[in-house]
Amino acid sequence: MSNSTRCAACKSLRRRCPQDCTLAPYFPSTNPQRFACVHKIFGASNITKMLQQLPVHQRAVAADCISFEASSRVRDPVYGCVGIITQLHQLILVAQRELAEIQGQVALYGAQQGQEQKRMAQSQVHQYNGPIWFTTSQQDPPHLD
Amino acid sequence: MAKGKQSSVNGRKNLTVRKEMMMKGGQECRSSSSCAACKSLKRRCSPNCIFAPYFRAHEARKFARVHKVFGASNVSKILAEVPEEHREDTVNSLAYEAEVRLRDPVYGCIGAIALLQAQMLQLQHDLAIVRARLARYNAATSRAVPVPLLPAAALPGFPISDAMRSQTLLQGHRSLCTQEYQQQNEKGDDFQ
Repeated sequence: MSNSTRCAACKSLRRRCPQDCTLAPYFPSTNPQRFACVHKIFGASNITKMLQQLPVHQRAVAADCISFEASSRVRDPVYGCVGIITQLHQLILVAQRELAEIQGQVALYGAQQGQEQKRMAQSQVHQYNGPIWFTTSQQDPPHLD
Repeated sequence: MAKGKQSSVNGRKNLTVRKEMMMKGGQECRSSSSCAACKSLKRRCSPNCIFAPYFRAHEARKFARVHKVFGASNVSKILAEVPEEHREDTVNSLAYEAEVRLRDPVYGCIGAIALLQAQMLQLQHDLAIVRARLARYNAATSRAVPVPLLPAAALPGFPISDAMRSQTLLQGHRSLCTQEYQQQNEKGDDFQ
């Protein structure tokens, strides 16, 4: 017995699509391009073997990941999705450097502010002592009669 | 007469020695000219074999991984489409992808991408906090210091759901993403 509508894989491979076709749930006829990429890069038999080795509940995710890898490789035949990994590594390095730089600036400002506050506190203590001493000295001088 | 006999004996000896040398040399030529791909596929390695420069005789496991995941004919077609100066990079990236896929048959390289994306999101979050703190300091000291801004552009890669990201993190893909792992792979350490 075959499916009334063949999946994209069986259509592409020009064969009957059986009821228990391994690829049918993950390569519907509505998206022939998806299977075309996967077939070009991995090959239909490799995909079938890879999916058959997995438990059924993991096959959908695996098919999505394999499709993404295949389409990345079609777009960039030299690096494929490894190019994305390299790009992300570079972005992470740049972000880490920037974070370290800004954290350094923040630490510097924090230290400077702390020093200023200390200086302000010390200068306030001196002003308090001055007037009392000055007033005392300006008290009426002893009369010499 | 004796001289003639001696010379013919010597001649036969020389012929035997020459034959042995030719056979040895021929065997050496045959084994040294076969690349890992042709050895694995049990075929004669032609002088213009497309695999030979990139899968040397001692790199049998590298070819085995690539053959298992992609298939030799697909790899040959991919290499044929790529200019010669880029073929080494192509083979290395295919080898890396194959190794990762064999280690993780479900997520493959997408697991590594998910981990790096999560790391990048965390860094962007930390940067936003630290930039805000710096802006407050600048406002307080009324210094107009320009803060370099990393554009918060979309991250390259797979549109990964939170569930997939957490699943791949649980599976411990950290080791796949480090520079040390990539360097190790380039050195040609065998995948066990």
